[in-house]
Amino acid sequence: MVDAEPLVRVRGAAKAFGGVQALRDASLELFAGEVHALLGENGAGKSTLLKVLAGVHRTDAGEVTIGGGPFEQGSTRRSREQGVAVIYQEPSLFPDLSLAENVFIGRQPVTGRGAVDWARMRQEAAALFGQLGVDLDPDRPARGLSIADQQIVEIAKALSTDARVIVMDEPTAALSASESERLLDVARRLRDGGAAVVFVSHRLDEVFALCDRLTVMRDGATVRTSTVEGTDAGEVVRWMVGRELTDLFPKTETTTGDVVLRVRGLTTDGVFDDVSFDVRAGEIVAFAGLVGSGRSEVVRAVFGIDRYDSGSVEVLGAPLPPADPRAALARGVALVPEDRRQQGLFMPASIARNTAVVVLSRLARRGVVRERAERELAAHWAQRLQLRHGGLDQPVERLSGGNQQKVVLAKWLATDPRLLVVDEPTRGIDVGTKAEVHRLLSEQAGRGLAVLMVSSELPEVLGMADRVLVMREGRLMATLDRDEATQERVMLAATGQASVAGEGSAA
Amino acid sequence: MNGGLRRVLAGREAPVAGALLVVLAVTTAVNPRFLSDQGRFDLLVAIAITGLMAVGQTFVLVMRHVDLSVGSVLGLSAFMAGSAVRGDTGGPLVLALLVGVVVGVLAGLVNGALVAFLRLPALVVTLGTLYVFQGVQALLTGGTRINADQLPSSVVGFGVTGFLGVPWLMWVCLLAAALGGVFLRTRRSGRDLYAVGSNPPAAELVGIPVARRTLLAYMVSGACAGGAGVLFLARFGGVDSNAGIGYELPVVAACVVGGVNIFGGSGTVLGALLGAMLLKTMGVSLSALSVPEFWQQAINGLLLLVAITADRVVLLRRERAARVEAARHRREQADAEPAPPAAGAESPGHEGATTTEVVR
Repeated sequence: MVDAEPLVRVRGAAKAFGGVQALRDASLELFAGEVHALLGENGAGKSTLLKVLAGVHRTDAGEVTIGGGPFEQGSTRRSREQGVAVIYQEPSLFPDLSLAENVFIGRQPVTGRGAVDWARMRQEAAALFGQLGVDLDPDRPARGLSIADQQIVEIAKALSTDARVIVMDEPTAALSASESERLLDVARRLRDGGAAVVFVSHRLDEVFALCDRLTVMRDGATVRTSTVEGTDAGEVVRWMVGRELTDLFPKTETTTGDVVLRVRGLTTDGVFDDVSFDVRAGEIVAFAGLVGSGRSEVVRAVFGIDRYDSGSVEVLGAPLPPADPRAALARGVALVPEDRRQQGLFMPASIARNTAVVVLSRLARRGVVRERAERELAAHWAQRLQLRHGGLDQPVERLSGGNQQKVVLAKWLATDPRLLVVDEPTRGIDVGTKAEVHRLLSEQAGRGLAVLMVSSELPEVLGMADRVLVMREGRLMATLDRDEATQERVMLAATGQASVAGEGSAA
Repeated sequence: MNGGLRRVLAGREAPVAGALLVVLAVTTAVNPRFLSDQGRFDLLVAIAITGLMAVGQTFVLVMRHVDLSVGSVLGLSAFMAGSAVRGDTGGPLVLALLVGVVVGVLAGLVNGALVAFLRLPALVVTLGTLYVFQGVQALLTGGTRINADQLPSSVVGFGVTGFLGVPWLMWVCLLAAALGGVFLRTRRSGRDLYAVGSNPPAAELVGIPVARRTLLAYMVSGACAGGAGVLFLARFGGVDSNAGIGYELPVVAACVVGGVNIFGGSGTVLGALLGAMLLKTMGVSLSALSVPEFWQQAINGLLLLVAITADRVVLLRRERAARVEAARHRREQADAEPAPPAAGAESPGHEGATTTEVVR
């Protein structure tokens, strides 16, 4: 399986973005005919390293070779020509073009007179799909294709260009169990065909089932490369984390009160199905599951951003009208969206303006907003949330991600809500500020606020939540109380192995 | 071929062609003179100019751009072509066509460069050049006009004669449509236009020379508008400073009615041509049925709204159907296999397998 000479060799690669050192000392060796796992926590530098191979980024220092010669960096086109193909987690196909054309765009087979040879293109695409062991119609447009099938189209494209190095960046993150299984099969076929396959995944069981060797990165550097055989998962996790997981999640003990939110049989065809749960005052309920499992869609529907097909939502015992965010707001429901830059904040406006924007009418006298009241309100919340800022007039775009998130929270807490819905409260926030956001949410719950949280970070879910709702493919797979929620149970339910999840699953 | 036939019937062109036949049938039934030799000839002449511009516009629209300057390009090119061939001796028709097309290509180059290289929004760029080209024309003409008696008979005759009962002007339009249609369907660079309009960032990623394709599309649109200027000159036997004003929106409307997606990525030259035929035929037939002009405009507008609403509804339905189907499929698969006890069960170390996070 392993030749003497590696096909790709990265040695001592470094790359900085602004002040952030994304790569410090990354090394990677790939051999033809192996599947190589690249592992590490978020922010360890995996993606940056992959983007160097993809031709998106250029290293500041270090050496990259391919086939024994220097690897020409910095051009996606040149990367492809040098035999590197990257399959992203969410591929970007051309929705209006047929699958066959998506595979061959720009390189369509042509007849002697230079016309696109549609019949041959169709045949060749069908042959590639067959080679990958999937049944896809080359004539159908890419619009509406599942993510799993989109990835297959991308892989077919890589095959058609005779790629020697095929990089898969968390390909299974949004796939169901059976779709993942199919993808692993495809990866094995590629390896047996002599390609070097790089496989990035957070699912260690897949890594152990599929890969021959693994490389672990942490803080921009390669900490370990080893064969999979003879390594166990515990070891790998320790290499990845590099420290013992400490108690990042201060949990205030609370007494739970009345039911604030009652959701029954919520359904939107093809998105989520028959979702029922309660959230009580003083309680933190967390939605866990894979990306694409329908968690964010459920909370959007609850808040009224999206319509739902059937089911009911009650707040404090009275039904909440569907698709009416203003009504939700008036009834004391606040939603902190996932993407705060796009949906949560007015970036160039001041901290004070952003904090006050939802409660403007309360601060106004005869229709005119009093700036003093705005500043008083902002000062109150800045102090309560321990916001680090350079004056309340500072534009929020100049704050760090963590402090921006605090402004978003302040904005909604200022409305004095009964139920706070938070989608990914700590995405892209440094560890220190994360703990503060957690403390804050916990504290608010202690004061009787009901909190519904969507989070992809399992430690956060396990540390914060009084109850964990696990979703998979739009269905609620398990409802776990705090003392029965373990990493394994949640993961098993989220990846569709509920039968193993045991008595904890009640769907 | 059965599959081919089914594709034609399922395509976006069939309903437009059907609507066209209905309009023709109804109008002929009410007013038999509508499709007399002369009536048919006049109708085709009226279609030719809009149709030719719609062919060019299709190139731009499928790239998710638009060309609003075509009316002004038509006016400018009609005047330049007319100036080139007027006079005592009188130049040949070919010279007029050549000048018209070259003027159009140059105008397209200006539009394309602004959109492709400066990455300015097409809507604003071509709205700007709409006025700029109008200004250039005013500057050159100084308010004068070219009359039929100043033009050589080759040009004027071109507008009123035909071949096989079809006006020469329509032959020009059909030739352009055939060339354009074949290019968009069979050339790699033609397919690139659809790819760019369908997903611009992805087009960059797969290495399509987006700027060059944008330039090409605008040059084709310009060339068609320039050619249409010569057709205009021939049809009306002259040109004044009002030529082409307000022509751009009916052209875009014709494309959209014919199924060219205003958001890019899909649509054919044939569809655009059929759209132009339908709109023009509606106009002429409503006059033939003595409907006041105000209502003709309103009905054309309504047709446009019906067309885009229908497209949108069909798209949303398809997406929803695909989504529901995919979810059902996944669920069936997941339910069918009671989750193999983790693919990694047999591998060493699985029993301790923990992950630090669920996702990403």
